[in-house]
Parts: sequence; C-alpha cells; structure tokens
Amino acid sequence: MARDTGIGARVKRVEDQRFITGKGRYTADLNRPGQAHAAFVRSPHAHAKVGSIDKASAMEVPGVLAVFTGEDLAADEVGALPCGWAITSKDGSPMVAPGHPCLAQGKVRYVGDPVAVVIGETLSAARGGAEALEVEYEELPAVVDLDAAQSSDAPLVHDEAARNTAFEWELGDKAATEEAFAKARHVTRIDLVNNRLVPNAMEPRAAVGEYDSGTDGFTLYTTSQNPHVARLVMSAFLNIAPEHKLRVIAPDVGGGFGSKIYVYPEETVCVWASSKVDRPVKWTCDRAEAFLSDAHGRDHLTHAELALDEQGKILGLRIKTKANVGGYLNLFASSVPTYLYATLLSGQYDIPAIYAEVDAVYTNTTPVDAYRGAGRPEATFVVERLIEVAARETGMDPAEFRRRNFVTSFPHQTPVIMMYDAGDYAASLDKALELIDYSGFAQRKSQAAREGKLRGIGFSTYIEACGIAPSQAVGSLGAGVGLWESAEVRVNPVGTVEVLTGSHSHGQGHETTFAQLVADRLGIPMTNVAIVHGDTDKVQFGMGTYGSRSGAVGMSAISVALDRVVAKAKKVAAHLLEASEGDIEFKDGQFTVSGTDRSIDWTSVALNAYTAHGFPSADLEPGLKEGAFYDPTNFTFPAGCHICELEIDADTGHTRIVNWVAVDDFGEIINPMIVEGQVHGGIAQGVGQALLEHTVYDESGQLVSGSFMDYTMPRADDLPSFSLDFTVTRCPSNPLGIKGCGEAGAIAAPAAVINAITDAVGHEDVAMPATAEAVWQAIRKSPAREAAE
Amino acid sequence: MARKPIQFRLNGKDEAVFVEEGQNLLDALRRQVGDTSPKYGCGQGTCGACTVLVDGEPRLSCLMLAESAEGASIETTAGLAGAELHPLQRAFLDGFAAQCGYCTSGMLMSAKALLDRNPSPTREQVVDAISGNICRCTGYEPIIDAILDAAARGAGRRSA
Amino acid sequence: MYDFNYHRPSSLDEAVTLLGQGEDVKVLAGGHTLLPTMKQRLAAPSDVVDLSRIAALKGIEATEGAVRIGAATSHADVAASGEVRNRIPALAALAARIGDPHVRNRGTLGGSIANNDPNADYPAACLALGATIVTTKREIAADDFFVDMFETALDEDEIVTRVDFPVPRRAGYAKFPNPASRYALVGVFVAEGGDGIRAAVTGAGPCVFRVPEMEAALGHDFSPAALEGIKVDAGGLNADIHASADYRAHLVGVMARRAVEAALEGR
Repeated sequence: MARDTGIGARVKRVEDQRFITGKGRYTADLNRPGQAHAAFVRSPHAHAKVGSIDKASAMEVPGVLAVFTGEDLAADEVGALPCGWAITSKDGSPMVAPGHPCLAQGKVRYVGDPVAVVIGETLSAARGGAEALEVEYEELPAVVDLDAAQSSDAPLVHDEAARNTAFEWELGDKAATEEAFAKARHVTRIDLVNNRLVPNAMEPRAAVGEYDSGTDGFTLYTTSQNPHVARLVMSAFLNIAPEHKLRVIAPDVGGGFGSKIYVYPEETVCVWASSKVDRPVKWTCDRAEAFLSDAHGRDHLTHAELALDEQGKILGLRIKTKANVGGYLNLFASSVPTYLYATLLSGQYDIPAIYAEVDAVYTNTTPVDAYRGAGRPEATFVVERLIEVAARETGMDPAEFRRRNFVTSFPHQTPVIMMYDAGDYAASLDKALELIDYSGFAQRKSQAAREGKLRGIGFSTYIEACGIAPSQAVGSLGAGVGLWESAEVRVNPVGTVEVLTGSHSHGQGHETTFAQLVADRLGIPMTNVAIVHGDTDKVQFGMGTYGSRSGAVGMSAISVALDRVVAKAKKVAAHLLEASEGDIEFKDGQFTVSGTDRSIDWTSVALNAYTAHGFPSADLEPGLKEGAFYDPTNFTFPAGCHICELEIDADTGHTRIVNWVAVDDFGEIINPMIVEGQVHGGIAQGVGQALLEHTVYDESGQLVSGSFMDYTMPRADDLPSFSLDFTVTRCPSNPLGIKGCGEAGAIAAPAAVINAITDAVGHEDVAMPATAEAVWQAIRKSPAREAAE
Repeated sequence: MARKPIQFRLNGKDEAVFVEEGQNLLDALRRQVGDTSPKYGCGQGTCGACTVLVDGEPRLSCLMLAESAEGASIETTAGLAGAELHPLQRAFLDGFAAQCGYCTSGMLMSAKALLDRNPSPTREQVVDAISGNICRCTGYEPIIDAILDAAARGAGRRSA
Repeated sequence: MYDFNYHRPSSLDEAVTLLGQGEDVKVLAGGHTLLPTMKQRLAAPSDVVDLSRIAALKGIEATEGAVRIGAATSHADVAASGEVRNRIPALAALAARIGDPHVRNRGTLGGSIANNDPNADYPAACLALGATIVTTKREIAADDFFVDMFETALDEDEIVTRVDFPVPRRAGYAKFPNPASRYALVGVFVAEGGDGIRAAVTGAGPCVFRVPEMEAALGHDFSPAALEGIKVDAGGLNADIHASADYRAHLVGVMARRAVEAALEGR
C-alpha cells in the first residue's frame, strides 16, 4: 500500500481534479453579494510630486461610489508598507528604508505607483471614474539607470537616502581576502549583469475585501503565498484591524514565484475600503498593471574576481554588487541581495577567503524583491561564470577545474556563514557528464560548424540554501519574523485525518505530497486525508510558501505532529489492549502488543479516542489531535550539476538549446513527478532569464516592455526537452531528509546557458538576456567568426 | 451601457443572457453565465488563458465581442467531462500536466481543438497548437506529453 | 471600452452603407488588432462593423494565372488551402507561420493588409507577387496600396473585398520572428513572376519595400549566392527594444538568401 501512495510514489495530484475540470476557485472567480469594484489610479510619471486630487471629477461618473487617496488612509492611520528585514551598513548605520504608502502621500516614485482608488458599482464605472480623476502632478527628474543612480548629481528618490543608497553592506573577511589575492598566481575578473525580470505568474493579482459591520470583522480573499503573514503585516504595521478581527483567505492561487509573498497596496486598500463603503470591494489586476505593480526580480550589476594558485586551486573570491531595489525597499527586498545572496558565494567550492560588498540602490522603477531563487540565482550566476571563465583563462577543462575545487568533506564551514551539511558534488557532475555525453561534444561541435552553427556547452554546478529558515539565524541577521512552520494533525472519530498546515500551495501540489506523508506514516489511504491550507480562520498560524521551504520545514512540522499523534494513539491502544505503552508497536495502520498477535487497527483507536470510555482520565485525555511548530536547525543545501548544450545560427544569432541535463540532489523525494515538474518549471524560468526576458525602461522611467508582445515569455516552442536525474544525500537537519526543490532550476539555469553561449562564440562578452541580436553582436566581435565562415 | 440579449449554446446547453455592448465573451461567460473556467490572463489575446471553442474553433474569448457569440456553439473546460473525464483531462491528470492550474483550461481547449481536427499530431504540431498558451509553471513538457498521450488513446476520435 | 454600436451586416452593400453613417466607424475582421486597441482605450469608435458574416468576402478561387483570396479569409484557411498550397506554396507557408494558432484562426488577409502594421507578413507577399487589392470601389496595385506605417491607399469608406495573387514561376518567404509577438522582425518574400523578379521586405522599415539591387542580381542568377554582399542601408530602418536598425539590415540579407533557397526548393 505504501508503495503506491507513500513517500517516493508517483501519486497523481489531488488538486488536479478541480483544475482539469475548470473548477478551481481563484480569487477573481469569487464574487461576494453586493460587491463593488475598485480601480486604481496610478502615476504616469516615474518621479513626481502629487498635488491636488479633484475627487469630484471622478464622483461625477455614473456608478462611482467613492474616491480615496493617501490623505484618507492617513486620516485612518493606515500605515505604510514596511521592509521587514533590517540590514545594517558597513559603518554600523541602519538601512534607510522609508515605508511605501499604499496610496501616495505627496510623492510618487515609479510609473504605476498607486495614487488613488475609485470604487464603483461596476468595474466599468470604477475604471471610468479612474480615468476621469484629475490629479495634479509636478514632474521631477527621474533616476532610472542603476549604474548612474549613486552619482552625486542623480536626483534623489528619497530625500533621506543619500546617493540613493538604502544600505552599503558587506560580508566576509576583507583582510584575509586581500591577502589571498595578493598571493594569487592568476586573477580572473568579470563584470556581470543579472537582468531585471517581471514574474508574470499567469494569474494576475486580485483581492476581495469584505467588512462585516455586525461583527466589526474583516475578510480578505487575496492571491497570497502566505495569508498569515499578510494578516500579520496588515494588523501590526498597517493598522487595518487586529488579527483576531481579520480573516485572510488565499484560495487557489495561480502561481506566485515570490511575487505574491508581499503585502501590496491594492489588497490593503480593498479591505480597508470595504468598511468605508460598507460593501465588499473587489479588485482584479490587469496584465498591463501587473507589469508595473508586481514586485520585479533580480537587477544586479556585479564586479567579481577569483584568485587562483599555480595548481588552479581557488584562494579567494570577492565581489562588489549594486542591487537595484526600485522606488521603495519592499517587504523582503533587503535580504535578497545580502543574506540570500552573498552567503552562497562559496558555491560548491572550498574557498578559504571571501569578501562581498553590496549596495542597495533606489531608482524610480518598480520595487524589486524576491523572485524564484531570490538571491541564489544571482550568486550562482556570479560564481559559475567566474569559475568557467577562470577555467578557460588557465586552459583547464571546466569540469576538471570544478572537480579540483569541490568541497569533499562535510560538514563544511564556508567563510560566508553557511555551513554545508552533506553533499557529493562529484557524483552529480559525473552523472551529468555521462548523460550529456561530454566526451562526444568536440565531435558534435565540429559537425555543427560544418553546418554553419556554433555549438557550445556550459556548466552550472550550483548549490543553494533553502528550507528557509532557522528563526534564530535569520533573526540574528535582521529578519523581523521567525521562519518556522506549523502543522496541526486532527484525527476524526472515523479515522480520517485533516492536516492544517501553515504552508500554502499555489502549484506545488501540497495537497498531494503532504497527504502522501500522512498516509505513509499512519498506514491509512490517501483518500482519508485532507490537507487544509490558506485560511487564517482554519490554520492558526503559518509562514507560507517560498524559499523552497514547504518540504523541508512544512512537512517536518507535519512529521513532528504525526509523531505526537502516533504517541498519543499508542497510549489509547495500550489502554484498549490492556498493555503497557512501551509494548505497543505501530506499523501499517495496526497497533500491536509486541511479541503477541493482539492488535487493534487505526480506525478503532481513532473512534475510541473520542468515545473515551473508561479512559484513566488523569493520564489520558480524550481526543486525537496534535500540533507542532517546527523550527529548522539549519538551511538545507540542495545542489547539483546542470549542463546545457546549444547551437547558435551564426547568421542570425538565434540560439536553440539542443540538450539539457540536470542532476540534482534534493535529499529525500516525496513525489518524483512533482519534483520533476518543479525542476522543469524552474529551468524554463532560468532559460527565460538567460535568453528571452528583457525588462526595458526608457530614460524617463517608462516601462517599454509592458506587455507579452514586448516582454518575451518562454513558450512551448522556445524550450527543449530536459533530461532529469537525481542523486540523494539525505538532508541531516530535518526528520524527513528533505532539501527542497522548488527553485533549483531557476538558480542553476542562467549560468549554464551563458556559459554555453560564451563557449560557442569564443569570448565572455555576452549579457543576459542573450537575445539573437545580442549573440549576433557577440559573434561579430569574436574569433569564432572565422570558424563559422 | 446598453444591454442586449444573446442566445448561444454552451457545452451543449442553451443559454440566454443579457450582455453589455462592447463586453467580451470571456467576461460574459464568467459573470453573466457563471462559467469561470476560462481565465483572464492578459486581456490582449497574447496568453491563451481565455481560450474557448466557438463552433469548434479555438478562440481567444477576451478578444471576442459577446454579441458575436449569438447563435454559436461554445465549449469550455467546465463542459469537457461527460460521465467520465475527457481523455485529454485524464492524460493531464496522469501526466502531471498542471501545477497552479491557471493556464490549464486554455491549454485543454487548444489541445481539444487540435485533436478534433488532427487526431494523430506530431510533437511539432502539438507544440505549435499550444504556442499561443503561456504556462509559467511547467516548462510545457508534461503538457506536450499529455496531449500526445491523449491522442494515442484516441482522444481525437471522440469529437462532438 | 467605451460605448459603441455593434453591427453585423450580412451583405457588402449594408457594410458600405454603415461605413458612411456613424461618426467614427471601424471595420472588424478578426478582431486581434481592433479589439486590443479598444480595450486599451486607444481607440473609441462610435460604430463597429463586423464583417465576419459577409459570404462575399470569403473563399479562395483559382483562376487562370492567379489565386483570388477573399479578404475575410483566415490565415489558417490560406495555409490549409489546396489551391494556395499547389499554386503559391510560399504564400501558404507564410500564412502558416503568422502568429500562433489563435491568431491564424481569426486574423484575416484583408484585416492584415488594411492595417499595414510594419511587422505584418502579408504586405511582403502582396508586394513581391505584384498582387491586386480589390475593394468595394476599385482595384489597387500592391505597388500603390502600401503607403506608410499603418497607412494604406484605402479611403475611409472603402473595404478590401479580395486580393488577387498572380501565380509566380517560383517564390519563397523567409522570416525571422519577434520572439515575443511572433510578428516578422524581418520577413523577405522573393518571387519570380510575369514581370520579372521582386524582393519585398517587411518588418525592417516603416512600410514594406522592395530592394531593386537584389532583384537585379537575382535576375542574372536566381541563387542565394547572387545576393552575397548586397547590403540594405540601416538608415531609415526601424529600431526598437527588439532589434536595432543594423541588425534588421543584416537580417534582410540573411532572410533574402533563405527566401531564395525556399523558392528554389518550391516551399
């Protein structure tokens, strides 16, 4: 039985039944009786003072119920959106992070910054009102280019942030690293761009806020990856309502990738406005609006250096990164280019000295925050490009160079906080080399050249830190929250089980994988298990889903709660079997007195727990329900090797990926199909970043790539088939041995692609996205041009 | 805004609703009819999430005036299953072709339009058929495999 | 969207009458251009005249020396048509690669050429094949039809009813698609017809144009090699976030050679 449904089984997804029949219930599908509609008025300017707002101009539009501005929010003391992770600069000063008012108060700082909201009887009325609303703007000069934003004559996005700098942070040992570089036989230096991305989950954001004057309580349906965090922020920081009067429900959510972690102005305004107009207020985001208003990802400029000795052993690594945070420092934005980034700069390598400097820089653009991988794709890109370039410069084979520098003994303390617990990097590399037939590459390359194609191969041996995260660790590093997870396992009298989890599923298949764990542990059919998530009225508290944490942390909480349930159930069984608790064994759904054939099944124990007849009440309470809050003791460290082989049409610069091999170590795997899906999807996003996705602002701060016609999303004909394989080194730090898999593809992929393209064109000057024109330009500059002709 | 009555067949059932002039079919299906299976992804005809079949043809319902649906026969994902799941639905389920589920309705309808017309497509033809449907979660491979699998199981021969 | 009156005439006469009536009347064919524009509130016509019910605008007919395609014929129908595939395979191949399947099912020949988007594919075919655009009022040679970006020779109250394509001796089309929109970043249609060789370029400039130097070279030697070294001037070509003028100029040369290859292979 466990074989088909337990851990490791390819169990079909429970949630698919509703998705394939069109019965998914996403926020935009919900309608509340009497609902009104909200339309937001957004700044058309990247930087401007907001003068008077003539509400009457909108109120005149038929069907408009109300118009609210930043003044109205301020009058109700609605707080500004905070940044929840305190980062300290090198000089000891705290980061400069003014809050983001939900509706502008005096100033707007990016095109799309919300200025006002119009509530209408119908969406059409609301939009009509929004169009009609007269807002006075006094345009200010905008600073858009990251590289220029810290110069002394750049306009200031926030008056308090000198040189548009939120913080100047460092990590590592500067002196030791300088020493390492001083002794180096060879130094590799590169400059890298990690391009800004627009997450574009297929479901645009939406919210329905509803106030019940009878109970003075609020309900918010919203597209969130973490409803409890939304409730916490709205209650503690935004003053919407105390937590016990605010219910937040995240129903089916159509993808998040990080963009739906944050509390946004729109959902906050909807729930607040519902009490003002005493009607439910619904808002759905337009795609064009989403491009402007969803938090963007990445956007780093980095100078990186690697020091090697005469044997090609790495002595040191150092980087200087400018990270674009956009117009405001968003909820987790400060952690992404710091503790989620620089702590991974050791990669899979034994590097004695590392030093990183990161400046977080404001520009008049959409705020930037965590997006699939959140800091780790940026780190992997830096490390794996450095490694590849260093190998080429010193004439070493890139696989061999890596092998020579891999960490081989564990636990391994890196110079950048992370202590890697367990891994076998050579094993993944070896498997990947075999799967891609590395030894045959040279022959394939020359064959391709005869056909006018440039073929290249690129590696990305990545490691990442996820299973976010030990509360003590992140707290000491500035996080305003703990990153444990909760689970409550409720056994019903008939023996069915509900698990209330603080994790949230928006594509990850938790209703299936979590149920697999429960079924496996309790020996009951999966159909007898329900996973409950996404409702703050049902699940007491949770931190949500991001950072590849739901397996490692979410399931570990369930595992601990299950242990407690089994322990209690054994007590009940002992009572029923008149044996001592220590003699009870539980296996495959049966409680047995060890050494005998006296047993009782799960269903009977469950029922008896609730009938509680004859329980020795001092020692044994009725009921069978246990909870756990699981705080991880360490990050987890998935790692692996991705190899990309591609072919470039030398005439056009167009790249076609011809083979992709991924050998990942995620520790224990609950459902291989779901894990493969996560890797596929992650690689697709990574390939999108590397080849296609180009976020372009013009000089005045207008987003030029503001639709799917201009921002290239990976489509079915853009992507190759992937060969996926896995190695397993159990994670030693959680009961299930799970490392997590949700972001690895996005983390590994960009470096593999760019390493392959630079291999093909014969030099390193290729930036992401490596569009056909970019590659064509690169070919024109290269010696490989002769080879193609 | 003026309202106009229109009549059409939806998943084999007669529907009659009042639509606003200028209202698109996606909105009319979701609001007036209450069929929320077609989804809004972009409103500009560039993502395929709103794909429905109109007289057997795959259409982007966000770009179709509701009024022009008068007299048409429309199919959406909500009506795909009969007493049993449609082979495409079964193949998606068996093949893990959905993650967040948001693009799934559109994918299924584009796939059905393909198989109804071409019961044994090549992989390339499948890829082309869904090239107008964006998925952010799956990397497409399981979707392509599921459609081929459904074709192999005779999905195309079961057209209306 | 703003309020407008929606009409669905069943005859061409009715359509023409309607065009003469309202304040700002727009014609609706496939809807993939007009409707997004209206939804973005960039256009607010008083009346929309939907042509999809007019039988006279549909259909493909082979005549002596030409293929006549009704203006409301979808790209998918052109791609699948036996007449087109047999007589002008390059035209069928062009239609088969427009946009994606949704676009091909809805987009129409008339809608495409009347709009004259600089990145549309059909204008290159019309110009290279020396097509005749037949309207409710007259017949216009392709050479005279495409005037400028989004501008044609059509009057406000004139509707394209069909396009007559002379059957060439051989022809080929090659396109480098915009990866996001799948429109032609650059598309080149080469045809050898009754009055010689024509090479028409779309996507590169504000409006479709011919390249006389290429035409002359191909006249001597109809082969990709004949085009070596012929460069189109980047000045005056489109530049946007997708491609610089230089790159477009380069692609014109590449696509022209590939179009000739396609013509030689009859595809």
